[in-house]
Amino acid sequence: MRHLLDFQGWTRGQVENILDTAKVMAEVLERPVKKVPALQGFTVATVFFEPSTRTRISFELAARRMSADVVSFTAQTSSLQKGESYKDTLLTLEAMGIDAYILRADSAGVPHQATRWVKGAVINGGDGRRAHPTQALLDAYTLLEALNTLEGKKIAIVGDILHSRVARSNVELLPLLGAEVWAAGPPTLLPQSLPGARLTPHLEEALEEADAVMVLRLQKERMEAGLIHLQDYIAHYQVTEKRLRKAKPHAFLLHPGPMNRDIELEGTLADSERSLVNRQVRNGLAVRMAVLYHLLVGREG
Amino acid sequence: MLLIKNVMLVDALGERGPADVLIGEGRILSLSGGKAERVLEGKGLLLAPGFLDLHAHLREPGQEVKEDLASGLLAAVRGGYTDVVSMPNTNPPVDTKEAVQALRKKAQALGLARLHPAAALTQGQEGKALTEAGLLKEAGASLLTDDGRTNEDAGILAAGLLQASAFGLPVAVHAEDASLRRGGVMNDGPLADLLGLPGNPPEAEAARIARDLEVLRYAVRRSHGKPHLHIQHLSTKRGLELVREAKGAGLPVTAEATPHHLTLTEEALRSLDPLYKVAPPLRTQEDLEALIEGLLDGTLDAIATDHAPHTQAEKEMDLLRAPFGIPSLEVAFPLLYTELHRKRGIPLKRLVELFTDGPRNILGLRPLHLEEGAEASLVLLDPKERPVDPRGFASKARFSPWAGWVLGGWPVLTLVEGRVVHQALG
Ligand SMILES: [Zn+2]
Repeated sequence: MRHLLDFQGWTRGQVENILDTAKVMAEVLERPVKKVPALQGFTVATVFFEPSTRTRISFELAARRMSADVVSFTAQTSSLQKGESYKDTLLTLEAMGIDAYILRADSAGVPHQATRWVKGAVINGGDGRRAHPTQALLDAYTLLEALNTLEGKKIAIVGDILHSRVARSNVELLPLLGAEVWAAGPPTLLPQSLPGARLTPHLEEALEEADAVMVLRLQKERMEAGLIHLQDYIAHYQVTEKRLRKAKPHAFLLHPGPMNRDIELEGTLADSERSLVNRQVRNGLAVRMAVLYHLLVGREG
Repeated sequence: MLLIKNVMLVDALGERGPADVLIGEGRILSLSGGKAERVLEGKGLLLAPGFLDLHAHLREPGQEVKEDLASGLLAAVRGGYTDVVSMPNTNPPVDTKEAVQALRKKAQALGLARLHPAAALTQGQEGKALTEAGLLKEAGASLLTDDGRTNEDAGILAAGLLQASAFGLPVAVHAEDASLRRGGVMNDGPLADLLGLPGNPPEAEAARIARDLEVLRYAVRRSHGKPHLHIQHLSTKRGLELVREAKGAGLPVTAEATPHHLTLTEEALRSLDPLYKVAPPLRTQEDLEALIEGLLDGTLDAIATDHAPHTQAEKEMDLLRAPFGIPSLEVAFPLLYTELHRKRGIPLKRLVELFTDGPRNILGLRPLHLEEGAEASLVLLDPKERPVDPRGFASKARFSPWAGWVLGGWPVLTLVEGRVVHQALG
């Protein structure tokens, strides 16, 4: 594995390998001195063409915890139109000797393109609707922590599936670990198909006997584009205490954040003991450390 | 005088030969030899009438950084084309007789392929007010089109068909319903869903073709002339069926398909490479098979390149922002000779017809066959195979989805009215 772009062509063994390393990293993060020298001498760049402070901080902290040097580049995509291209930006960084690039962009495929231009490892930090693989890895890690295994477990993903890279990456990854994945959302926000997932416009069907429910953030743009009506969405797709009774008694709740309380998720649920949201954030660090370690040091061919 | 000896002939009438083709005074003087200053051994080569491309974006005026007449028309003759229709979606659009005249004059001075500029159907290609069809025709416009835009207003298209019919001009349309297409950058379907790319549904093409055929019906009923609707770059099975049905009912409609829609499918987008971003998008294998059937049964009248050059930097933008288009003038014939004739057995005579008489008919030009007295606009083709190398393109767009593909049927000599405009003899 040279890059982490999405999970196309991945094996269960490769995923488990990274999750095992993440477990070791999580232990490091429990120590009083939360730093190891594993990536000393390596330089990691976060290159964000689409702003996301949370994701960027998580990656940068992960790199620093392993003693890598970190540089960060952020640009508004509007500046791309003015001639500064993805390629130019990356080649400039390449000339500075970057070993790993964490790339984020609003368009699918930018990290894939980057691998044609730079020698360093490329990590997809979220590209358009395509993929957000480290989010899926941290979701899987969190689910394993809570459920012990994903074999035969039913995971429901709820919300705007069509435009969600988080959904796409989870739908690729979770079945590799044995999970049965359901995705539910309004018909206008549901793809025609996604390999690895059962799609339904009926929330109840997805929640039925679910072991965990992953709630997606609803973007304001979808309302502006006329694809949904907010009140209708809340009435039919908000994950509520009552609706959750369809699921297994202690079904867990996940959310990639940031949350619109009382829109996609009933506010009280977000703070309940079922919620794994804070664990997701914490595990994000360990998982990103593991990914960086695998791409830079532990290249298993 | 030029003599090409022992060459096999192929045109819309069929394959025959070998012949000794004597060329002089811009004509084919004899097919059985004669005295000449220059003699070429044509053994193993094919001679065909010069190709006509109905659909090339040559980018002049305004976007010469992508292509200009000189580079575009040189690319054309290297591809075996002796005649090229340039699309009017330049900057500014070609919507006046002066603009048409200026392009023709400049192209004539270059002495490469002959240019037949298409003019805009509406002023500024804005879809609101018609251009002056009569004056444009007199200035040398070959057809009217707002290609690049999608003619949202059916009333304007109807009026355009009526007006153009009085002057014998075809109206060509980029058939896509813009509101159904939305921001689509690839074929809509399971693969677009998987890749997370906005889809452009095949129904956007079919819906617009269905509407345009009704508009054509109206124009036929109201016109005192002969309206002619030409559908550009047909890409879907359903769109093809609609055209087939309309032709069966006797409607005056013609259609073209591009080399990329005939050889590539949406699967190419798995690479997430904007190189394959084109409008209408690459479709499914089922659509491709339907198009090939359409070539054979006459639903499709011509192969047109939709040669759409861009700068390398533009094509290296991301998939949402990179422009639509593939450059193909230099590879179109070898590509289809190899992929359709050699690999799929499409008769050579039919393939050549789709590059010659098919498009000539659409423009109202006489058929061009290899016979004594015929105009010597010709292309000599070498069946020997070699890989596509875009670095050697004359087009300013030196990238290609077919880079590295091993193709035969390369044009090694192109003549326009007996004049050598391209020569690459080994
Ligand atoms: Zn077009």
